Amino acid sequence: MSGSLCWLRAASLLRGAPLRWGARPLSHAAAGDGSAPGGGGEGGRGSRESVERLVRAHPVVVFMKGNPAQPLCGFSNAVVQILRLHGVQDYQAYDVLQDPDLRQGIKNYSNWPTIPQVYLNGEFLGGCDILLQMHQNGDLVEELKKLGIRSALLDAEKDQDKK
Amino acid sequence: MLPARLLRQALPRPAPSFGYSTAGPAMEEKPVESSIRAKLLQALQPVHLEVLNESSMHAVPRGAETHFKVVIASQRFAGLPLLQRHRLVNEILQAELAGPVHALSIQAKTPQQWEENRSVSQSPGCLGGSKHDPHMATKLGSQG
Repeated sequence: MSGSLCWLRAASLLRGAPLRWGARPLSHAAAGDGSAPGGGGEGGRGSRESVERLVRAHPVVVFMKGNPAQPLCGFSNAVVQILRLHGVQDYQAYDVLQDPDLRQGIKNYSNWPTIPQVYLNGEFLGGCDILLQMHQNGDLVEELKKLGIRSALLDAEKDQDKK
Repeated sequence: MLPARLLRQALPRPAPSFGYSTAGPAMEEKPVESSIRAKLLQALQPVHLEVLNESSMHAVPRGAETHFKVVIASQRFAGLPLLQRHRLVNEILQAELAGPVHALSIQAKTPQQWEENRSVSQSPGCLGGSKHDPHMATKLGSQG
């Protein structure tokens, strides 16, 4: 499966139409045809303002390679799997392989050179390594709690205690 | 599905005899690795440093120097949250990251943290992303 709705989603957000990531089958979005307003540069998809809008549009935002259903990079997959473990299902994911302007834009915005990138409540959290360490040391559960998201691992622990 | 090994605390690895990974074959064969090591040594004066070329785990040509893991224990990290530690390393290796290095995994600990726990998380396996990535040609091209 190739193609991603992420480019379409980003473009639609710029136009003000709300979108939620759902389990719709992926279609071949018109990726890279530059039909979105701006198309890079000032006011374009990769501009500071555009990226800011994207990261603030949802409590959990991930810029990755591929998409959650089919990650195209081991590090991006690790982020997806960690979020899945914590029961975080409702998050915005953007496939940077479909959008070079966005890819460069988020690197400029976060001053971070690599993908994946995770944002919580509009704030850059880090990449795969940081998310993994936060998962291992329990900090991720606390950060999700601040967003009003109860980690599924807490329920898993509860079940363990009952047995 | 992510392997369980990646999610468990990594198994402890035996500490090397010396603080730094030993030099391999002629350094000029591994210019990127050498540069990374030299810069981190100079900037962070680490008590422990490993520079691991993980390119062979990814869909890139043999001998490529595009994917690295660095394991560093340095007093410079004391008092710094994780994000700032990683930013410090990114800054030191800015040229490499703008050039040949496509992926950099960082494990940054203080000397005390390293003494308490010498385990290092294994990097996830490749999902072929480099094959789909238009940037890779540039990265590989810069390695001559």
